[in-house]
Amino acid sequence: MKPQAPLHGLIVEFTTPEDILRATQQTWQAGYRRVDAYAPYPVEGLAAAIGLKRSPIPSLVLMGGLVGAASGFAMQFYSMAVDYPFNAGGRPRNSWPVFIPITFEMLILVASVSALLGLLFVTGLPQLHHPVFYVPGFDRASQDRFFLCIEATDAKFDLKETSRFLLLLNPLGPVVEVPRDSLGPPRPATGAALHGAIAEERISPQVGEQEQQR
Amino acid sequence: MNGLSALAAAKSNEERALGLDDYIPRGQDCSSISEQISNVVLARPTGWGFLTSLGISTSVLMLFTAVIVYLLMTGVGIWGIDIPVAWGFTITNFVWWIGIGHAGTLISAILLLLHQKWRTPINRISEAMTIFALMCAGMFPLLHLGRPWFFYWLAPYPNTMHLWPQFRSALVWDVFAVSTYFLVSLIFWYLGMIPDMATLRDRSRSRVGRVTYGVLALGWRNSARHWHLYESAYLLLGGLATPLVVSVHSVVSSDFAISNVPGWHETVFPPYFVAGAIFSGFAMVILLCVPIRHIYRLKDFITISHLEVMARILLVTSLLTSFGYLSEQTFSWYGHDKPEHYVYLNRLIGFDQYALVVWGLVFCNTIAPQILWFPRLRRNEWVLVAVSLLVLLGMWLERYAIIVTSLHRDYLPSSWGMFQPTIWDFLTLFGSMGLFASAFLVFARLLPMLSMSEGR
Repeated sequence: MKPQAPLHGLIVEFTTPEDILRATQQTWQAGYRRVDAYAPYPVEGLAAAIGLKRSPIPSLVLMGGLVGAASGFAMQFYSMAVDYPFNAGGRPRNSWPVFIPITFEMLILVASVSALLGLLFVTGLPQLHHPVFYVPGFDRASQDRFFLCIEATDAKFDLKETSRFLLLLNPLGPVVEVPRDSLGPPRPATGAALHGAIAEERISPQVGEQEQQR
Repeated sequence: MNGLSALAAAKSNEERALGLDDYIPRGQDCSSISEQISNVVLARPTGWGFLTSLGISTSVLMLFTAVIVYLLMTGVGIWGIDIPVAWGFTITNFVWWIGIGHAGTLISAILLLLHQKWRTPINRISEAMTIFALMCAGMFPLLHLGRPWFFYWLAPYPNTMHLWPQFRSALVWDVFAVSTYFLVSLIFWYLGMIPDMATLRDRSRSRVGRVTYGVLALGWRNSARHWHLYESAYLLLGGLATPLVVSVHSVVSSDFAISNVPGWHETVFPPYFVAGAIFSGFAMVILLCVPIRHIYRLKDFITISHLEVMARILLVTSLLTSFGYLSEQTFSWYGHDKPEHYVYLNRLIGFDQYALVVWGLVFCNTIAPQILWFPRLRRNEWVLVAVSLLVLLGMWLERYAIIVTSLHRDYLPSSWGMFQPTIWDFLTLFGSMGLFASAFLVFARLLPMLSMSEGR
């Protein structure tokens, strides 16, 4: 079954870092690949659970540092030894030891700027809007709640099957559809009937516990 | 599940055994951390206390502006600087302010790399302190240029004069070091705040707040994908800022050490300046933390143990700096350079010149901090504030002594002279404190003072 309205994905909420980590690992094991988890702080292992391995930032920073150092040295060499040779204290034209401080500062400067710009480039930030912000209660992702979203572009995504799967992960509250644009308010996936049917399949003794926490 | 919680319990037992629980927010969880810290910005009414302090500090800032206007209209002659002492208060203030900034980077970058978790509640405050101290520091060399409107001549750009900056001069290294330091500190500070801006955006009830913090948060949505990249970028910036902070004050000390002025031409200067910088910076952090934890009721976050550990660093850096004083004197005593020998002797016994300044700094920086050997005094906030004030005064006197005593007794007795500060020297120094205080108060009102994402 394909979704009718443009859909970004399905999202569920958890209360503890252990729950989100377990749920995310199970989702990955179940074969979903276009998954994202949301947490108010970096949860250890969560990035690995959605299949992220190495961050590309270190190589960008290394390149930035090398470019910075090379251009810093080249600037000093060109101006002091080529363009405007200048006898300062009888030093040779290419008096490289006194060029080191600025070379070093340029290394740090360009490396740091590439860390910032690299991060913004790779994350796609700044971004004016994102569909997950339509989810009611998503403001708590920056405070004390954890969210797991399976995106509609996933090859294995099926509205009914996926929401069934997500419900079996024992989330807090219903599975919520995330619209791609603001055509309508977000709604519980495929109605209450599905929830009634799946509620029986829930294995957990923790349902009551979670309700209490809520 | 059970395994994880058992692991967490074991970990917290271990932390308790190590005495780490004193540094972890007491009785706080994710939601209460977000609530308490963001409420300082979002919910706390702007009280009379705040408005009064802001009024006072912005008045001092206005005084600073007036002094600068007078300076620009008249020239650097309004200060007491002359030949032979051409560096006077301005460069003293520059070195003093930039040194204060160093503790912020030490706390945020070096302690991050060393996995010192206790830094979390104080890192934002001290990074902000770094930025504002650097803003104050940067004013002075610019004003000291004489014609500050030509400051861009310091930058290497193709110009119609066909000239380049003199890259073999330590003063040009300084331009690069300080501006790099300012930019990197700003990036580090801002990057650390992005997730907290998102928290403020989500908690703000007013539209203005949501839009402002939303723009500053750059659309941060706490995605695990983003956290993964963010953590590596943040750690790398910490790794880059660590050698940077050491290099900056080393370069500042090279302004003196590279020259051949007696009393400046010292190989010990770079490490000795870096230690002194961290010393004065920690004094400023303590001075800021004590009122903040009372006024904003953040005693659960900035505990007395945090203050105690900072007091220990104060003590260690005091000893390092004092070792610098001792080694300077020893080298000049055993060295065979007569002018240098004379300058150092003059520092100690030239009571008609500046010996009182020198003994004053020895009292403030070497003797006074020794009371921090007593654990009970390290946990007494009044003692800490008093020692910090003395240290800040002492470090200012130290830079003053290094600059003035060396210049006023050069190689040629015919070019000896005294430095007499004018009222404008004092007003410029006082005014820069207004800039610092105003900036810090605005920061405390509008931005999250403690890192919420790290606190959770």
